[in-house]
Amino acid sequence: MPSLKDLKNRIQSVKNTRKITKAMQMVAAAKLRRAQEAAEAARPYAERMTSVMAGLAGSVGQSAGAPKLLAGTGADKVHLLVVMTSERGLCGGFNSTIVRLARAKANELLAQGKTVKILTVGKKGREQLRRDFGAYFIGHVDMGEVKRVGYSNAQAIARDVLARFDAGEFDVATLFYNRFQSVISQIPTAQQIIPAVFEGGAASSLYDYEPSEEAILADLLPRGVATQIFTALLENGASEQGARMSAMDNATRNAGEMITKYTTIYNRSRQAAITKELIEIISGAEAL
Amino acid sequence: MAGTLQFDLVNPERRLASVAATEVQIPGADGDLTAMEGHAPTITTLRPGILRALTVEGVKSYVVTGGFAEISASGVSVLAEGAIPVEEATGTVLDAILAEARSLAAIALPQDKDAADKAVADVVALRDAVLAH
Repeated sequence: MPSLKDLKNRIQSVKNTRKITKAMQMVAAAKLRRAQEAAEAARPYAERMTSVMAGLAGSVGQSAGAPKLLAGTGADKVHLLVVMTSERGLCGGFNSTIVRLARAKANELLAQGKTVKILTVGKKGREQLRRDFGAYFIGHVDMGEVKRVGYSNAQAIARDVLARFDAGEFDVATLFYNRFQSVISQIPTAQQIIPAVFEGGAASSLYDYEPSEEAILADLLPRGVATQIFTALLENGASEQGARMSAMDNATRNAGEMITKYTTIYNRSRQAAITKELIEIISGAEAL
Repeated sequence: MAGTLQFDLVNPERRLASVAATEVQIPGADGDLTAMEGHAPTITTLRPGILRALTVEGVKSYVVTGGFAEISASGVSVLAEGAIPVEEATGTVLDAILAEARSLAAIALPQDKDAADKAVADVVALRDAVLAH
């Protein structure tokens, strides 16, 4: 049975923890709003880009001279997994869900006898994957210094990935990130970026192309990769804050419950102590 | 008064402009072109240059560093990789763009060398045009 003093200390310490989690929740809420705005603002560009590329891919894609970024290398041997996670913890299952999805995919590919290479973005995922897949790491992008995700960050990652593709280091690249749906729900997503896939590529043959369709497509595909990475980074950023917000909300509520519980125990022991003292006094008086 | 067309300028991070314009001068990869109402639907890539739009709010100029433009009879959407209003394009900003183009040209693969060198030349021309402005 802990003493009254111990209980009092414990209540105080849980109260302090609650203050911290509450503050973190509010910070995450503010950051979430900014991240959502950024994701919102980036949407028009990404949507236009995708629709134009889908149209071009629809008309050029079938021809023999289609760019490698669209048609693939013809092989399906080496897979690059780009795993995007956060730099900071305390965000619930955010990192674990991405890592779980990436791990499942990697195991599946390995079972099929394919070669797997992993590029990690954000150190949390790297830490979780290191034990099982450390041998497959080919690079890491540190986002720790990045306060606000900008297009230049995505461009840098895209350049790295494209350089490796040009050097023939892999055949297929897949992005792993969390798609933001709401504060309580983020969907771990695997998205193939190389070779590019488009849903419903309606051929937009009504356009004149200047220069040729092929030249435009060759120019756009690398930009498309950068845009997809940028979108993924933004979605991931919003998801991270959303996940942190709900995790911290839970933590705050748990702390509140714990405080109620300890306060009840504290009051009960205090009353027990008083009762005991009274009995001692009364029985002492009776003995006289 | 000539008819207007919807002019949208977006970069990867945000929408920079969305106004009605009477004409939009675009630095296309194969040469400059001006889009007005009723233009044939065209998609063109951009070279580094100055994009000028005669809008209902006055003339707006932007320094763009690549991307593409989608022109239809009723609107122009410019998806620029980098775009800044010409007033904000100071010597230091342009020098940074030029330095980046040069560094890309320096590491370009042989088959991309010509394109990268052309990009550098375009940026140099762009820089002179803006500073002379």
